[in-house]
Amino acid sequence: MAQTSAPSGATTHSPAGAPAEAVTKRDFLKLTTTAFAVVGVGALAWPFISSLAPGGDVLALASTDVDLAPIAEGSAVTVMWRGKPVFVRHRTAAEIEAARAEPLSGLKDPAADDSRVQQAPWLVVVGICTHLGCVPLGQRPTDARGDFGGWFCPCHGSHYDTSGRIRRGPAPTNLEVPSYTFTSDTAIRIG
Amino acid sequence: MAIGLHDSSFKNPVVRWVDQRLPVFTMIQKEYGTFPTPRNFNYFWNFGALAMINLMIMIATGVFLAMHYTAHVDHAFESVERIMRDVHFGWLIRYAHMNGAHLFFAVVFIHIWRGMYYGSYKAPRELLWILGVIIFLLMMATAFMGYVLPWGQMSFWGATVITNLFSAIPLIGPEIVTYLWGGFSVDNPTLNRFFSLHFLLPFVITGVVFLHVAALHITGSNNPLGIEPKGPQDTLPFHPYYTAKDSVGIVVYLAVFAFLIFFMPNYLGHADNYIPANPLVTPAHIVPEWYFLPFYAILRAVPDKLGGVILMFGAIAVLFVLPWLDTSKVRSMRFRPIARIAFLLWTVNFMVLTWVGAKPAEGHYVLIAQIGTMIYFAYFLVVLPALGRLERPLPLPESIARAVLGPKAQLGGGPVPGAATAQPMEKA
Ligand code: HEM
Ligand code: FES
Repeated sequence: MAQTSAPSGATTHSPAGAPAEAVTKRDFLKLTTTAFAVVGVGALAWPFISSLAPGGDVLALASTDVDLAPIAEGSAVTVMWRGKPVFVRHRTAAEIEAARAEPLSGLKDPAADDSRVQQAPWLVVVGICTHLGCVPLGQRPTDARGDFGGWFCPCHGSHYDTSGRIRRGPAPTNLEVPSYTFTSDTAIRIG
Repeated sequence: MAIGLHDSSFKNPVVRWVDQRLPVFTMIQKEYGTFPTPRNFNYFWNFGALAMINLMIMIATGVFLAMHYTAHVDHAFESVERIMRDVHFGWLIRYAHMNGAHLFFAVVFIHIWRGMYYGSYKAPRELLWILGVIIFLLMMATAFMGYVLPWGQMSFWGATVITNLFSAIPLIGPEIVTYLWGGFSVDNPTLNRFFSLHFLLPFVITGVVFLHVAALHITGSNNPLGIEPKGPQDTLPFHPYYTAKDSVGIVVYLAVFAFLIFFMPNYLGHADNYIPANPLVTPAHIVPEWYFLPFYAILRAVPDKLGGVILMFGAIAVLFVLPWLDTSKVRSMRFRPIARIAFLLWTVNFMVLTWVGAKPAEGHYVLIAQIGTMIYFAYFLVVLPALGRLERPLPLPESIARAVLGPKAQLGGGPVPGAATAQPMEKA
């Protein structure tokens, strides 16, 4: 009687086509029990795994305001956003020019400079090397800025340009641009 | 079979390869598959399995709580509130841990009661029983220290009162308390060491549970009749008979557990523990968790500091020697008409002690606690030793099968206890 409700895959057929072993009620019970057990274990595991994700308080801290007024042209500041450094750089005209002059074909991870900034003087990137997570040098005037005048990651030698794009070294992609908005002419909110 | 390899009876090549080198599958098959189990268990025999499940739940929820908890007096309370408000499902994990502790004690109390009613502590199961009492003591220590962790008012003052019990020890008492605290009052060092121990002890408990079960599988289980199985007609293989019966209990247990968590998660706790610890103000009414109340009542019944502490610890210590205090050879209370009544009265008295432990220690409550304490000890120290000699037990059935099946007893049955492991197919 339970044959009708059991999945057909549970039946084993002999070469002649006749069922070698009929599907029994027990097979059906085993399958449904196992299915319930799997769903149950999944439902149990769910809250535990979910608890490992960033909690409400962590998410609530997910935006950072930056006042741009004190950042002189040619200098940069580092702010914390979600526990990570974000580089905010006030670029000089020469730096903007250098970033825009470079043909896209020469780039490892092609992206036009104007797609990476909202206002040309202000470059905002996550200060984490896309290779293995070190913080590149170049924020302070005394830092090495690499061969392209942007940043240089000392860990394994990645060079970034004045648009934060990877130009040489093992890093695969450009420095990430976080989502941010200008809340006034001289302030941004990251996140 | 090559020399040095275990003679495995498993057919699946992978299972067999492992089993020949490390016979875990044979062991599981022997201890939880074919294990010969008396055929007449009632539902009281579910509680061991329930306690095991409960321990696993405590460890699983505890490990996840510990990932979010901060053991520092300035952050502990807030970190627990963060678990409740900000961590995804943190409320569920914490409520499961909190109510799991309550349920754990309920389950273990019933488990112990079962052993006392059916005489499971008697020869040859004395060591099995003693290991159980050790588990109970470790559980109490674990729960006490866990309760301190959220660093609420009850945490703090419970910790203060309980650690101060040790100051009753003559001469070195105050020194010991200072060492327990790591300071001159319950403070940050105390919280840190309690967290460390609260994390550690459940794993010690797991180890002792393992020994407890190992000892059980040497002597075999007792049963409601308290007579040993004499042959295959008296037993059933553990699987599927008792795996199935235990599953029924587990479903009921989980339903109760879910009800507590989802509908009355704070019912068994104290509201005062949601007030952050304040070393300058003691709550007006400080009461331990319900599972400590009978022992707390005994402590307060004695108008002498040292005497109270001794009797309180004595109330548990007496369980260690119970196998020798009970001089009757008959295990199950079913066949002991007088002892049975005495034990049921003792049980009621235990509940009275629980009730009075939560009352203020004044007026007639003190008197009730004193009478209750006397009854508690009299059962162990007077009634049981005397009844073994005075009481005339009812006639014991000839065998489990006879008692369960009547004259049909010769039909059917399971494996013989102690016999070599039978092939699994024989029981399928
Ligand atoms: C024998 C098993 C256990 C028992 C009886 C037990 C008991 C308790 C109790 C009664 C509380 C206080 C609950 C409250 O009022 O909030 C608690 C809290 C806690 N326990 Fe356990 N526990 C056990 C196992 C564990 C394990 C294995 C861990 C970690 C690996 C753990 C970690 C914690 C933590 C972090 C807290 C503080 C958070 C909170 O208060 O909810 N527990 N435990
Ligand atoms: S992490 Fe920056 S180059 Fe490897």
